[in-house]
Amino acid sequence: MSRNLIIGAGLSVLFICLAALSFIWTPYDIEALDIPNKLQAPGGANLLGTDHFGRDILSMIMMGARTSIAVALVAVGIGMALGIPLGLLAAARHGSLLDELIMRGNDLVFAFPSLVIAILITAVFGASAVNAIIAIGIFNIPVFARLTRGAALPLWERDFILAARVCGKSAARISVEHILPNITNLMIVQGTIQFSLGILAEAALSYIGLGAQPPTASWGRMLADAQTLVSIAPHTALVPGFAILLMVLGLNLLGDGLRDWLDPRIRVARV
Amino acid sequence: MYQFKRLAASAAIGLWATTALAQDSITVAIQLEPPNLDPTGGAAQAIDSVLYANVFEGLTRFDADGAIIRGLAQSWDISADGTVYTFNLAAGVTFHDGTTMDAEDVKFSLDRARAEDSTNAQKGLFAGITDVTVLEPLVVQVTLDQPNGNFLFNMAWGDAVIVAPESIADIASNPIGTGPFTFTDWVQGDRLELTRNADYWGDAPALESATFRFISDPTAAFAAVMAEDVDAFIGFPAPENLPQFEADPRFQVLVGNTEGETILSTNNKMPPFDNVLVRQAVAHAIDRQAIIDGAMFGLGTPIGTHFAPHNPAYVDLLANSPHDPDRARELLAEAGFADGFTTTLKLPPPSYARRGGEIIAAQLRDVGIETEITNLEWAQWIEEVFKNKDFGLSIVSHTEPMDIGIYANPDYYFQYDNPDFQALMEELNATTDPAGRNDLLAKAQTIISEDYVNGYLFELAVATVAKVGVQGLWVNQPTAAVDLTGVSWAE
Repeated sequence: MSRNLIIGAGLSVLFICLAALSFIWTPYDIEALDIPNKLQAPGGANLLGTDHFGRDILSMIMMGARTSIAVALVAVGIGMALGIPLGLLAAARHGSLLDELIMRGNDLVFAFPSLVIAILITAVFGASAVNAIIAIGIFNIPVFARLTRGAALPLWERDFILAARVCGKSAARISVEHILPNITNLMIVQGTIQFSLGILAEAALSYIGLGAQPPTASWGRMLADAQTLVSIAPHTALVPGFAILLMVLGLNLLGDGLRDWLDPRIRVARV
Repeated sequence: MYQFKRLAASAAIGLWATTALAQDSITVAIQLEPPNLDPTGGAAQAIDSVLYANVFEGLTRFDADGAIIRGLAQSWDISADGTVYTFNLAAGVTFHDGTTMDAEDVKFSLDRARAEDSTNAQKGLFAGITDVTVLEPLVVQVTLDQPNGNFLFNMAWGDAVIVAPESIADIASNPIGTGPFTFTDWVQGDRLELTRNADYWGDAPALESATFRFISDPTAAFAAVMAEDVDAFIGFPAPENLPQFEADPRFQVLVGNTEGETILSTNNKMPPFDNVLVRQAVAHAIDRQAIIDGAMFGLGTPIGTHFAPHNPAYVDLLANSPHDPDRARELLAEAGFADGFTTTLKLPPPSYARRGGEIIAAQLRDVGIETEITNLEWAQWIEEVFKNKDFGLSIVSHTEPMDIGIYANPDYYFQYDNPDFQALMEELNATTDPAGRNDLLAKAQTIISEDYVNGYLFELAVATVAKVGVQGLWVNQPTAAVDLTGVSWAE
């Protein structure tokens, strides 16, 4: 295994564990404000200090990890659940009107800057974690659809698919039973990358106030809240900033590492 | 001659470069940009912030301490029964377009404001006027249907400034007033420029020109002041940054009071807030000091009713609603909400609302009331909360001076409908003697405090950050105004 894979997996697992732990335990209750205790520096009773309401920042990071991961995970889930079948369908009906429709539809979604549309969606339907998930999820659909189609098309030319067709299997069955298993690696790698982009998008939407609403903790909103405090209590901005940085870095390294690790050609070369 | 000019020019440049002595212009920043420039037609405070006393003047005006002083009216007589006001106008006053200001303009302005189809945001100010008559070119007589002790005060509002029929059509984009500054340019989204009115009838201002800039983002505001892009920021939006400015020898920080009663607006017609026990429970759930410390970093004075604490008629009613979560839970149980309930909390952009909202949500949660927080931009807030009354709770600062009368309007957005209070306000309007007025105001404050109409939080403070050397800025905000008339740079 490569170093990238180990560092990436380590960071990702760390944050996922923090998020999981927050379900049963956080050092402090983040819904209880403790205003006299505000803006404490890291160290002491609060390991990472307190924010402008006297809330424990470590606890908020843990709860925020949960929000980020949940939003990104579901958004990637939406992208995969809709994008992969669309991509398979387009590949199976290659050259047909349906293929054209699906791919031009994808182009249409791609043509818009994703964050702008996400802002539009959350602005129209109200700011909430659920709408943020939908907004981010929609932009994952064409990513997966296009990737799936691209990877599936050459497979359709392969002999084993030809054999399956000769056996009388329908295009749908071939897609599910033969094409899909052969592109899984690719999807996992892309899923990891999209996951990290989802974390970033969630942080961006929360930063401008369109993501999860208080009192749900969110890294992006922690950053926004800390904006005017940077000069008097830098840790309030640095801690969530580094959390986002490390989580996204970890997922990107993980995606990179997984690609190398799962790619049979590279693996053979290494052996 | 050419030589001399060049010499003078280089001397001027030299002065400019070495010292700020010769400075006669100022750049002031405020948070919100006016949506239009018609103080007699728009409700936005930002219109008055820019234009009040600078471009437009009324018959009377507020001074820096909130006292009512002479404006375009140099003197006035009040009839013995208190219903007829005769104003003697200043002579030689011209509007910025050169037309003269006389009694006809006053009649036009007042008639326009009180007309049936008037879009004036404060029509109530003119409600008692039955007739405006021009007696002489510079003498105008206003007749009221009953004595109104507040009439001179009402005429000082930005909504009651004197405008001219000749320039009224374009007032929203090209305001023509009688003030010491003329409007020069407005680059929407960026800045608005004023220039000294050379023909001003009163004392000429020290400044040659002034630029208003509009910076709503607290971080950008901090950066703009730190980088000295602006000479003064009136209503600095981030109280947490004030200690830094105080410690910086380049700046002075002025903290003054405002007429802004910051309240937890409660929809009195929406269940369960139609039940006074629930409203009382909310009042006891609130810890004002935590809100002032947490949201305003200590700036603000707790209030127990809808009245400014620096007003002589203020009654301290904080004892009606001390922070007492146990009492709040008891009251909720008594009202039939032992398990609490869920409501909405819609917050406009200022940090007193956004941060205060999070704190109040936590305090309400503590007694069993869950709130769904929605952050709204001002336009959305006006639409959803103010116009459509689609809210449970909201937080907003009511910055109009002496605005307890809004509680007598059952259609006002928090929908408080109490005939006793409405009768009291009628009586107040008919009372001119100060002691009697204060008694009635005390009664009014007590009624709304004991009815727990809204959650009364604190009186908003206003912070002004200015470069050292800027003098004459208003410290307090008796009305929304950035009066530049007396502003100058120290020698």
